[in-house]
Amino acid sequence: MTASSKPQIENLTTGSGKLQADTIARWLFQGAAFLVLAVLVWMTVVMAISAMPAISKFGFNFLIDKTWDPIQEQYGGLTFVFGTIASSFIAMLIAVPVGLGIAIFLTEDFLPENVLTPIAFMVELLAAIPSVVYGLWGIFVMAPFIRAFETWMNTNLGFIKIGDKSIFGTPYGPGLFSAGVLLSIMILPTIASISRDVLKAIPKSLRNASLALGATRWETIFRVMLPAASSGIIGACVLGLGRAIGETMAVTMVIGNTPQIDTSLFAPAYTISALLANEFAEANEPLHIGALFYAGLLLFAVTLIVNVFAEIFVRRVSSGRQ
Amino acid sequence: MTMSKQSDDLTQPLEAGRTFFNTGMTILSGVFTLLGLIPLFLVLFYVLSQGFSSLNADIFTQLPAPSGTLGGGFGNAIQGTMIMVAIAASISVPIGVLTAIFLSEYSRDSGFVQYVRFGVNVLAGVPSIVIGVFAYGVVVTTSGGFSAYAGGFALAILMLPIIIRTTEEALKLIPWELRLGSFALGADRFNTIARVILPAALPGIITGIMLAVSRAAGETAPLIFTALFSQYWLEGLNKPTASLAVLIFNYATTPYADLQHKAWGASLMLLILVLIISIVARIVFRRRS
Repeated sequence: MTASSKPQIENLTTGSGKLQADTIARWLFQGAAFLVLAVLVWMTVVMAISAMPAISKFGFNFLIDKTWDPIQEQYGGLTFVFGTIASSFIAMLIAVPVGLGIAIFLTEDFLPENVLTPIAFMVELLAAIPSVVYGLWGIFVMAPFIRAFETWMNTNLGFIKIGDKSIFGTPYGPGLFSAGVLLSIMILPTIASISRDVLKAIPKSLRNASLALGATRWETIFRVMLPAASSGIIGACVLGLGRAIGETMAVTMVIGNTPQIDTSLFAPAYTISALLANEFAEANEPLHIGALFYAGLLLFAVTLIVNVFAEIFVRRVSSGRQ
Repeated sequence: MTMSKQSDDLTQPLEAGRTFFNTGMTILSGVFTLLGLIPLFLVLFYVLSQGFSSLNADIFTQLPAPSGTLGGGFGNAIQGTMIMVAIAASISVPIGVLTAIFLSEYSRDSGFVQYVRFGVNVLAGVPSIVIGVFAYGVVVTTSGGFSAYAGGFALAILMLPIIIRTTEEALKLIPWELRLGSFALGADRFNTIARVILPAALPGIITGIMLAVSRAAGETAPLIFTALFSQYWLEGLNKPTASLAVLIFNYATTPYADLQHKAWGASLMLLILVLIISIVARIVFRRRS
């Protein structure tokens, strides 16, 4: 606190106006960050309040009731829940093995790095194509092709039945199966590129040790690499599932939009997201709008849970990496 | 004798089963990779071949014509998309960039920062249709109708996590030495951020904004019941507004071949926009990292 040094320190640390700008800036940045969190809360509150008329009228019966009848004002969401689960399930069935195969292919040295990098980029480009463009392509290019495949399946495997109805029933083209296949294409980049990142992050020593013990390449992959990466891969798959559940336009365009639960894989169906896309703009009755909000809230809750799970799994990997 | 016996053992080929499994899986993974790339090429091929023939000057200047009449375009849809994306960007860019600065420049691992990062990731996973439902509840029901504002609001929320993530990524690429150098010269945090870090990270941030814009321009689900659609040029920001994405959806689901053809044309425009931005973004981020 000598007289000679004090003024200098004051100049450096306080400088009055300068320090204030710094503090204000900090509040600004922090405020923006807080706003982002607030949006999530706001979203939940708005949707819950708007769904109230339907929640108080139908309660949890909404989940087990099959009738969706705006004229009788009777709303149940079971057929839509079924369509959402079934189409996502088909998508996962295709996309998980294919996506993992791609991720492994891109991390191994089958091809030189300067060939693999463009391939990885092209896989990621699949994620950049707008959903509605997939839908357009799905209607006019994929669905006729799928229909041919369904016809073949129906004639050859149509005898496989649940009760007295075939699993591979009448071929339609647009339907549950088409939606599942299109969804699998759309979630493929999510699963493939995150799994690839996770596999790449595994220490080289682990794989070298396995090879040195005499394991072949694929024994190493299955017994060392994949178990070591399992948490991240599960996270990638769950993220893909989240995308599949919430995906709207492409599904709306190829699923056939028929609220029914059919044993046939090929039958038209309906998803929650497609319901929202088709009916929201024309809904006028408060109860109808409420029921749609209820369906939206359901979709929001499910994807929220799925994404939080994915986040936990993926985060476990990245924290283990550091 | 024993020596040579041993070396024989060592070079003994793998059992047939293990070799078969190994080669089989290699082939399978190659086939899967090929399988994953086929849809990309098929989509690109069809959009290019179907869409190219429907592109002409009218498309940009004319209003949609009913099926069966010659000509007509979707100038109003291009206009609507541009206006709504602009509204969205003017909301999401400032909030997004400020948030990213907070995440990257202030105590990266504090509890609050972790929560925000978590929230951003969750927001990124919220389906776009749910964001549309939210925007309907917030803007459409309170303002009394479908509007460009409602569409822009929905797109802003959609863009927010993309901007935050890419900006944070861009800021993290700036070496610590630059910050330390600035601090050592006596600058406070604010000056360091405003005069050193932001200029250095600008190309990355702009690329991130472009990525978000390309994503928003292609989104349909948040617009169909917030902005709806319109057959006319924009009459006001509080009126229903046309957009390219909703036009594709509407035209693709009509039974008229000439309208379907226009849907391919609109898809081509969207796709060109998206692909160019993705490729540029890729190059920018790779060069810097």
